[in-house]
Amino acid sequence: MITPTLIFGWGNPSRGDDALGPLFIDRMAALQLPGVECLTDFQLQVEHALDLENRRRILFVDASLDAAPPFTVTLLAPARDASFTTHAMTPAAVMQVYVGLHDEAPPPCTLLAIRGERFDLGEEVSPAAASHLDAALAWARLWLAG
Amino acid sequence: MSFELETAISPEKLRRVAIDPVSRVEGHGKVTILLGDDNKVHQVRLHIVEFRGFEKFIQGRPYWEVPVMVQRLCGICPVSHHLASSKAMDMMLGVKQLTPTAEKIRRLMHYGQILQSHALHFFHLASPDLLFGFGSDVGARNITGIIAAHPEIAKKGVLLRKFGQEVIRMTAGKRVHGTGSIPGGVNKSLAPDERAELLKDIYQMMAWSRDAVGMIRQLFEQNLVEYNAFGRFPSAGMSLVRADGAMDLYHGGLRARDADGNTLFDHFDYGRYWEVIGEDVKPWSYMKFPFFKSLGPDDGSYRVGPLTRVTHCDSIPTPLADKEREEFMAFDGGSVTGATLGYHWARMIEMLHAAENIKDLLHDDDIIGDDLIATGERQGRGVGVIEAPRGTLIHHYRVDENDLVIRANLIVSTTHNNHAMNTAAREVAKKYLNGREITEGLLNHIEVAIRAFDPCLSCATHALGRMPLEVAIVGADGTVIDEATRDHRGLTRAFA
Repeated sequence: MITPTLIFGWGNPSRGDDALGPLFIDRMAALQLPGVECLTDFQLQVEHALDLENRRRILFVDASLDAAPPFTVTLLAPARDASFTTHAMTPAAVMQVYVGLHDEAPPPCTLLAIRGERFDLGEEVSPAAASHLDAALAWARLWLAG
Repeated sequence: MSFELETAISPEKLRRVAIDPVSRVEGHGKVTILLGDDNKVHQVRLHIVEFRGFEKFIQGRPYWEVPVMVQRLCGICPVSHHLASSKAMDMMLGVKQLTPTAEKIRRLMHYGQILQSHALHFFHLASPDLLFGFGSDVGARNITGIIAAHPEIAKKGVLLRKFGQEVIRMTAGKRVHGTGSIPGGVNKSLAPDERAELLKDIYQMMAWSRDAVGMIRQLFEQNLVEYNAFGRFPSAGMSLVRADGAMDLYHGGLRARDADGNTLFDHFDYGRYWEVIGEDVKPWSYMKFPFFKSLGPDDGSYRVGPLTRVTHCDSIPTPLADKEREEFMAFDGGSVTGATLGYHWARMIEMLHAAENIKDLLHDDDIIGDDLIATGERQGRGVGVIEAPRGTLIHHYRVDENDLVIRANLIVSTTHNNHAMNTAAREVAKKYLNGREITEGLLNHIEVAIRAFDPCLSCATHALGRMPLEVAIVGADGTVIDEATRDHRGLTRAFA
């Protein structure tokens, strides 16, 4: 059954703060909130446009080196950005694929970018990033209640 | 030994152009080109920042954790690492033969991976170059351009990939970080409702896969001279083959042929791969250059992947793909079998083969069986080899008496193809860039040659803002003469 709210976090759990997206999903899924589906993957790709179908709203969650700590929130619009030229797409590009596939605007999508610091294979999540994760989860609870 | 255009005689006098990173490949790759005052190309090198921390990441882990942990080495082909490491641990446990259910579930997972990976590469990473032209407008030369101009093709690509991911989810247990394959077998078979769900769509996937083979054939017919010559060079090759010489992407012996087609070794036991394969190093690259020991490091480089697999096997054991292979081998007197862009055609034949295999496996009752694990006599070492989407993948482990991994060696497909990709880039640079003003469109020709191999650079990290493209022309004194930059938001500045 398709739930009205999708939370999609991505990243590699074994690459330090890149784990923020999957960790966010683990913590959020543990709450077992009604009407909320939590999905994760290593990175975004074209087929994830199909996960946006029949939703009321979507929250994308990723680690970011650019975000102001502890996190930034951005309302997204579909975009033809250069991530189309990589194996890893941006959420805006995934939304653009949705537009191309369905010839309609995707559901409202928000990006929660959690500040990370280190991304090497085998590293643990940094203390600062763990703190940012807590703050992001608290914000998300409010977002879901809104 | 240095190959033509590998090392310039007086590099300090030359301008330097960098394609950094190479786009539409996984991970981080960079091409540097040294140009003389007349824009003559003096040196071309593909640098791949190979991460050599794999061994450290794996060492000290209990062996049963390895098939799950190694999936985190690569966000694009985690299933290939999952299966290669499982096969290595089978050997380590002394398991010589899996149960029928275990082997067929693993094969189903593998063909799902082949299908989704080949679909992504052809429809979304390669088709913009092939359908719009190598030097066409960079703003449209991407998947959204394909969606706009060829929506049906783009949709097929998305749905083929989604289907392959569903096969993986059902056989591995989860969309990502699957645990389905374990040392000695699998931990689940397919449920009847999962089987029925996949059967609903598989015939459509086979039809679309046939269409894709037809599409790349048509592109070759329309551009035969250019495609055949593009980045072409003679090369040795290696792949697994079944005992009867037929294609087998999951298991078999190693077959290698030199550039003239002479057999170097055949049905060689991959458990002793180091007897036939060496690894050379170059001072300018972190990535190793594997070679056939019988030919030596100077003459023993080779390529792996779809083109080698389709041309080296004696047949393909599914009828539709085998017919397409016969037509591919005969096309224009066999000329495409040596073309770098022939990789795309061979890749689509393999995608059809994967779809046919999935269909056959879904009709086999063994996939819903419950005999999942085999046992054997414990060994201290294990080697697992599969034909991953990009080519031969080798996992080699030693495990101590406490069941902890004490040594690991991985040779991934992109490492096997290191020399071949460098050679293809040089051939293209000689033909298209020599003596001309460098433009984005011309530089893309280099990337087209590299992308034909679909290199996976083993980098699964991707945090926002970390995927820029920077192309710089640098003078002999290190001064930046001109540059183009592109970040994750799009092309922000082109050449002056």
